[in-house]
Amino acid sequence: MKTPRALVPIVIGLLLLGGWEWFVRSGRVDDVLVPAPTQIGEWFWSALRDGSLASATWVTMRRLMLGFIIGAAIGIPVGALCARSSLARDTIGIMSLGLQTLPSVCWVPVAIIAFGQNEAAVLFVVVMGTVWAVVIAVQESVLSVQPLYLRAAMTMGSRGWHLWLRVIFPAALPGVVSGLKQGWAFAWRSLMAAEIFVVILSGFGLGSLLHAGRELLRMDQVVGVMLVVVGVGLLADLIFFSPIERWLRRSRGLER
Amino acid sequence: MSAPLSNEPNSQLTLRNVTKRFNGRAGLVTAVEDISLQVKEGEFLVLVGPSGCGKSTLLSLLAGLEQVDEGSIKLDGADVVEPGRDRLVMFQQDALFPWLDALENVLFGLRLKPGLTDAERTEAARYYLDLVGLADKEKAHPHELSGGMRQRVALARSLAPNPRVLLMDEPFSALDALTRDQLYGDIQKIFTQRKKTIVLVTHNIREAVCLGDRVVLLSPNPGRIRQVFNIDLPRPRRINDPALATLAADITTALSAHLAEPKEGLV
Repeated sequence: MKTPRALVPIVIGLLLLGGWEWFVRSGRVDDVLVPAPTQIGEWFWSALRDGSLASATWVTMRRLMLGFIIGAAIGIPVGALCARSSLARDTIGIMSLGLQTLPSVCWVPVAIIAFGQNEAAVLFVVVMGTVWAVVIAVQESVLSVQPLYLRAAMTMGSRGWHLWLRVIFPAALPGVVSGLKQGWAFAWRSLMAAEIFVVILSGFGLGSLLHAGRELLRMDQVVGVMLVVVGVGLLADLIFFSPIERWLRRSRGLER
Repeated sequence: MSAPLSNEPNSQLTLRNVTKRFNGRAGLVTAVEDISLQVKEGEFLVLVGPSGCGKSTLLSLLAGLEQVDEGSIKLDGADVVEPGRDRLVMFQQDALFPWLDALENVLFGLRLKPGLTDAERTEAARYYLDLVGLADKEKAHPHELSGGMRQRVALARSLAPNPRVLLMDEPFSALDALTRDQLYGDIQKIFTQRKKTIVLVTHNIREAVCLGDRVVLLSPNPGRIRQVFNIDLPRPRRINDPALATLAADITTALSAHLAEPKEGLV
């Protein structure tokens, strides 16, 4: 019988956790500095029961989703415009390329000064993290659509919006999805930075929970929240982006 | 040098003194020069010649994907200035959309044709898929089909909106010999059944003789009409027919003779 593929990483993971637990319990390190997996588990359980983890996760996810959707909604048409017009490409396109290289944490001070310690500031940071990556990705993938598809579609009478919606956009979709994924990753990083460095008065997210752990010298909470942050990123990839990318590649014969 | 112009009224596709230039690395290059031709209703015309003779450029001009610099192209008396449903193209690569299945690919052009119900469009798409022998492949995506099958879908896609003229830009050149022979049969069958006007571009002289009613030999630098051959062999023709091979050899000799001439007018 063939071993299920998931079994190997699970066994290795459990072995590593067991080793870690044994190492801390044997008294070789201070468990204030390095909490054992069971201690992190205890924090996790209590944070789940008092609802603080769920509410922090909800606050963070709401900000991320909203910012990401706004960023994508701006980035996709702007990227398409940049692909269409060389004037837009030479202005907005170049600017996007420049701003994309700017680590999105750098938007935090700007946002705080402009909006104050509130929801608008966080949203601004997340949108700035998303939008430039999306603009660049959409521009590039639209520009690299095979001219043959356009010629074929045009001979069949496709023009204007029809050409954009039925040919250019579907042809560019794989690149657009990769761009959205990158935008999502940037947004996620910038949001964490904003929440950790600034007390956002309008709601306590995962970043605030992490920051609180530091103030209380609670290493179990710090590591616990970090694990949740990893989990959210992994889940977004596993249940959202990866299936879409795989479906796109498969339906076009780029992957078996 | 060009074919004698006879002003037949039923001639539907007319090229008059067509010249097209491109900006190349070595300056302005004349791709085709002073081409005059008439393609009759229901005629299978083949443009043949070595690379650089402007045959693909000529097809792009007929499709309306490029514009003439001098002269005119008229279809049923109207100037050809942009791509249109009345002149559909089969390209060298199949140009099928990989995100659509075979049926949806055939439906693409039909959906853009006004005055039909969705049921009629689907019926027409199925009819043409069946005509090219792919009725059972309507749900297959292009990558699941062989090269020959993909070109068949492309053929169905170009035929389905019922164009006045079918333009073919070396659609068989990327296929293996066996698949190609099958497609020669299919195309001839469809041509005689549907009475479609077809303009085919190829560099394969045997293919030209096998398919064409008339073969127009072009010479390169710049692309000009050298000679026009009427092919009176009965249809369906088989590519390995000895009479066909003899005729093809004559055209090849003519082509070699033209190529051996000292080139004039080189830019």
